[in-house]
Amino acid sequence: MTMQIVHSGPVTSSDEKTRARDALARDNLRTEPKAVRIAVITIAIAFLTVFVVLPLVVVFAHAFSKGIAAYLAALAEPEAMAAIRLTLLVAAISVGLNLVFGLVAAWAIAKFDFPGKTFLITLIDLPFSVSPVISGLVFVLLFGAQGYFGSWLRDHDIQILFAVPGIALATTFVTFPFVARALIPLMLEQGTQEEEAAISLGASGLQTFFRVTLPNIKWGVLYGVLLCNARAMGEFGAVSVVSGHIRGETNTMPLLVEILYNEYQFVAAFAIASLLAMLALITLIAKTVLEHHLDEGQDARDH
Amino acid sequence: MTIEVKNLVKTFGSFKALDGVDLKVDSGELVALLGPSGSGKTTLLRIIAGLDWPDGGDVLINGEDALAQGARERHVGFVFQHYALFRHMSVFENVAFGLRVQPRAVRKDEATIRARVKELLDLVQLDWLSDRYPSQLSGGQRQRIALARALAIEPRILLLDEPFGALDAKVRKELRRWLRSLHHEINVTSIFVTHDQEEALEVANRVVVMDKGRIEQIGSPDDVYETPASAFVHGFIGESVELPVQVEGGVVRLGDRPLALAAGGAAPGASKLFVRRHDMLVGPPGSGAFEGAVQHVRNFGPVQRAEIALSGGKTIEIDAPRDKELRVGDTIGLQPRRYRIFAG
Repeated sequence: MTMQIVHSGPVTSSDEKTRARDALARDNLRTEPKAVRIAVITIAIAFLTVFVVLPLVVVFAHAFSKGIAAYLAALAEPEAMAAIRLTLLVAAISVGLNLVFGLVAAWAIAKFDFPGKTFLITLIDLPFSVSPVISGLVFVLLFGAQGYFGSWLRDHDIQILFAVPGIALATTFVTFPFVARALIPLMLEQGTQEEEAAISLGASGLQTFFRVTLPNIKWGVLYGVLLCNARAMGEFGAVSVVSGHIRGETNTMPLLVEILYNEYQFVAAFAIASLLAMLALITLIAKTVLEHHLDEGQDARDH
Repeated sequence: MTIEVKNLVKTFGSFKALDGVDLKVDSGELVALLGPSGSGKTTLLRIIAGLDWPDGGDVLINGEDALAQGARERHVGFVFQHYALFRHMSVFENVAFGLRVQPRAVRKDEATIRARVKELLDLVQLDWLSDRYPSQLSGGQRQRIALARALAIEPRILLLDEPFGALDAKVRKELRRWLRSLHHEINVTSIFVTHDQEEALEVANRVVVMDKGRIEQIGSPDDVYETPASAFVHGFIGESVELPVQVEGGVVRLGDRPLALAAGGAAPGASKLFVRRHDMLVGPPGSGAFEGAVQHVRNFGPVQRAEIALSGGKTIEIDAPRDKELRVGDTIGLQPRRYRIFAG
């Protein structure tokens, strides 16, 4: 916290005195001795370096250890290309589904009162609190050969497990909370008055949604989609259980990284891992930008 | 356009927000719904607008059953306490909203919409703000834009929910006068909700006083102030001295002391005596119905407000003119110029 000094004319000695006093006051506010301050900051930076920056550097170092040509060749492998395509497809499906589910759930919770609302809010968080392995197993129990719908699915020749639908389902389940979580507090805070105003001005439900509700929550939607996408592309546990690890078919990027690593193909493994790491970095930057927009919206409301 | 409400009932859980409300508003009137918070006035307004639905009763707008229509079809202008402007739209687009969402068949062309918005912004004297966003406006400006937006659809009736409730005292007073002259100009049947008696008495043609989901009194501002229909109205509007009294055989008693006041038509039993603060006339001791000692005096412009400990043990506040200065410790007599007694 600093005091604000307003200069109205040329700097005078009394101004300098004020400034010196101000600096003193600032120092006194930080009561910890300088040594403690330096120690705390050093520990924080060292920890971050070892546990966050170093692994990131290592990933890229290994990926490029045999040169750029080997790196690009590893990514051009049909198996790698298949994994990238599958990951993008699964992410697109689950982000799309969760965008719709999340909007609907947040809408229901924020704009209406109904019995069981608190329960629904708790339920939305379930995928966060359950181990991803269990999330995957649930789908095995439902759609596996010995599962509840297993024989029916086999009779109708529908493949869910060890195929794209199973992977998409598991990913969607695991990433469900992101969009809803980003929107519920935002929509709760915004209330329903703007919608009421729109309807009393003659807008239909759809017009109200697209002209009033959606523009108000667009940054929140993007924020949720971004985090949802990052998790969808990086999901390992749930996908590992339902994928069946069929090479070139049901391996997503995280699964392929593990397989390649276990086969001592370090350059290939880390090349794909580097793509995932880049996704993380882009996500971080985008997240910062979006948070800035969300804060701005907040400020605009506070005025 | 007339508004008619018949036997309206609305409960929220176990709370009775409206408990059998009947109200008729004539064409071109400006009616104030006045009451403390929780009296049901906002609920009544929202039901007329179609933003809430009653558990029972009827709402007729211009003789048509309004409950058969949604808020969208009712063609009602609604102004919210917290403005509810669309924060991502410019002032211009806010006002144009109602015109842009009309069904394609009746929607005006862009030039007509622009002209109409310009006209409305001129009406609320804020045409120079048309490119700004709501967050860049002051509270008073926002509320005037909200009003322009509501008027854009040429509403059959105009409903305002505590329109000045979120504004500071000075802006409030300005907007009050402005609203009254605006209503004079456009003459659309209007109802506004307020908990501020001064606002209701100053702006409205008629005042509807509500308490606990019921209408206590409907009348002109003079009526509700001069001849309150109930103890609640007397206590709520204007500043009153309220004393618990007993009426027995035409005699009014405060504690065990008979007062030199005619009971009028008051029913026997425990009652409440109401006197406006400025209707308590100060005289020498023994000259009036009450006697008391001055405990505290403060000056408020033309009046001095004195705290008087009555000999019966109650302490009251009166407003006396400043020509005869009251001093702490004085013993004075008090005679109500006018008073009313309500059972209860």
